[in-house]
Amino acid sequence: MRDLDVGRVIEGFTLTERLRSGGMGSIWRATHPDITEPILLKIPFLDPGQDVSTIVGFEVEEMILKRLEGAHVPHFFASGDFADTPFIAMEYVAGNTLAAEMERAPFSWQTVAIYGIQIGTALAALHRQKVIHLDLKPGNVILAERGAVLIDFGLAHHEELPDLLAEESAVPMGTPAYISPEQVLGDRRNPASDIFALGCILYELATGERPFGEPTTKAGMQRRLYHAPVPPRSHSRDVPRWLQEIILKCMEIDPGRRYATAGQLVFDLRNPEQVVLTARADADAHQPRGWRKLVRMFAGRRANLAPIQPSMATRQSGAALVMAAVDLASGSDPLAEEVRRHVARVLDSEPGARLACFTVLKTKLTGMDDTTDPAGRSMYVNRLVALKDWAAPLRLPDTRVSFHVVEALDPANAILTYAAHNDVDHIVMGARASSALRRHLGSVSAQVVAEALCPITVIRIKRHEEVAEARRIYRPMLIPTGA
Amino acid sequence: MLAPGDGRPLLQIGLFADIHGNAEAFDACLAAAREAGVERLVFLGDIVGYGPDPAQALDRVAELAQGGAVVVQGNHDEAVAADTCAMSSTARRAIDWTREQLGPAQREFLRALPLTHAEDGRLYVHASAREPAAWTYVHDRADADKSLAATDAFVTFCGHTHVPALFHALTGRPASHFHPQPGKTVPLSKLRRHVVVLGAVGQPRDRNPRACWGLYDTAERTIAMRREPYDIEATVRKINAAGLPEWLGERLFHGR
Repeated sequence: MRDLDVGRVIEGFTLTERLRSGGMGSIWRATHPDITEPILLKIPFLDPGQDVSTIVGFEVEEMILKRLEGAHVPHFFASGDFADTPFIAMEYVAGNTLAAEMERAPFSWQTVAIYGIQIGTALAALHRQKVIHLDLKPGNVILAERGAVLIDFGLAHHEELPDLLAEESAVPMGTPAYISPEQVLGDRRNPASDIFALGCILYELATGERPFGEPTTKAGMQRRLYHAPVPPRSHSRDVPRWLQEIILKCMEIDPGRRYATAGQLVFDLRNPEQVVLTARADADAHQPRGWRKLVRMFAGRRANLAPIQPSMATRQSGAALVMAAVDLASGSDPLAEEVRRHVARVLDSEPGARLACFTVLKTKLTGMDDTTDPAGRSMYVNRLVALKDWAAPLRLPDTRVSFHVVEALDPANAILTYAAHNDVDHIVMGARASSALRRHLGSVSAQVVAEALCPITVIRIKRHEEVAEARRIYRPMLIPTGA
Repeated sequence: MLAPGDGRPLLQIGLFADIHGNAEAFDACLAAAREAGVERLVFLGDIVGYGPDPAQALDRVAELAQGGAVVVQGNHDEAVAADTCAMSSTARRAIDWTREQLGPAQREFLRALPLTHAEDGRLYVHASAREPAAWTYVHDRADADKSLAATDAFVTFCGHTHVPALFHALTGRPASHFHPQPGKTVPLSKLRRHVVVLGAVGQPRDRNPRACWGLYDTAERTIAMRREPYDIEATVRKINAAGLPEWLGERLFHGR
């Protein structure tokens, strides 16, 4: 398959332009009479004597890409019989790679956050589909119009499929500049490896430097098992402390100390004011502080690293970010308390889950500028105090809880927008008992249930049968007249 | 040898190993296979032994064999048919009891079963492709290597261990192991050769008490180990009523 030319037809795909050719295969643009989207064809060289990892990489990419969906991966179209005409046909995604952008690094923290949110969102979508990329790097991220698109799944791992690469090589598989410590040790089953790689990318975006340089030997790669990187702020004080906190949390040597999910990382990038600063934020190249101790602890543990890793199911399917939407307009009433009781149950069953406490301040006049209006400001502060007071019995550490008072006329819309924007995994909210007015206007919980993109638990206070019976009997009288 | 079907490509094959006279588990798996649109049934041995309904299971398999199902012999089938037994005492008590439940025609059916059956790149055998009559377990990668070396079939389907497993190997390389998750569809790469070890219908031992059967899609080359709940209590009542060792019933609750 080395002597290919423009115009050659492979199982219906006509080659139109050679994009790249290397030792392992060639990449073409192509057309197909039944496909309107732009097409990219990957054609491996599967000669006898070819390095076995080339073959396995193509097998893995074909197996995984055809099972992936969504905006953050190229669409899979077809693949040829690997024993006969090997190729993978996928969508050609227009856009620069992040590698091209990286030449202009360092970037402002605003730009770093935007890229981080885009890639983190793509990563969360991938992990939800039970796939770990394991070779996340700027060259494998396309900045497309629809967001970040991850490419090249030749090293990826699918939780439910055989890992064809696991036993193929004693050499760590990945890109030396971005590979996680556990991957260096041969563990290919931890989604936190992608979080580590994203941390390396954020580091590079923010500082213009690679955190571990470009090691060329296994020993060079293993340095990251024992040595924390130079903190980003030691390169540049333009990196805010909260961003250093985020980057170093991604790059924790112990995968269990990184963000539990990509969604949580995106949440922090979207809400810098909510990032809880720890020793990481103040880490300095000359004062490693807690790092040394941590590194020693981890170094002693690495021999039995693999068996203690949580599975993707526990890491990814759990309610990593729980949103409690509480109505505090009439103070902390029995319904709000019932919502809190249920939130406590949800958090109990989801170790590591974070809680976003959310309440809507119904703005009465559109255009009221609360930041300058003392009355509006104090309403906001009072509501925030009430929200924190509501959450206090949950006894959550600052690192697991955040508070959001949002002014809006339409509470359901505010809840939905917040949940979608922050990639919330589970919404818990209350529903008031039915009333004439509520039936007339439509209930907030009903609208949220109808339109939310994630699981929702709606809490209603239990009532007795007689009450419900009475309501049914008298209902006709409650219908507003003259409406 | 090609499968019957007038050259029409086969689509779904239902694979059943180690039924072991468990009628409730067998019925549940058969019903699920019919629902899944299975067009061909393959029985990978050990229809009888351990369980309380050997005659019923055997008659059902014999009837399906009349209709074109493939059946190969397992070590329990052989032992019941042949009056010889080199097994653990629990297994032997069950074998002796089973033999008493079967008539001459039923035992003749078991005796006449082939050890292997090959069709269209697929090999069916109860234990290992290497010396099928030696009843060697395919437990680990080394066992799989030996089985793969003994056949050039693209995929070997077997049972015998009661623990579902997939082994796959590139030419000239040692096999890798994969533990398939219940119900999840796994592709078999055409660049590799495979040993698919089915879990047991009638006596699962992978700590999942649900009955196991396999769904193989010949067009997509995918395998799924399907798991079906069944009325374990009913089976256990029959085991105890028959006076079979109590442990044979107890283990069904735990999948051990």
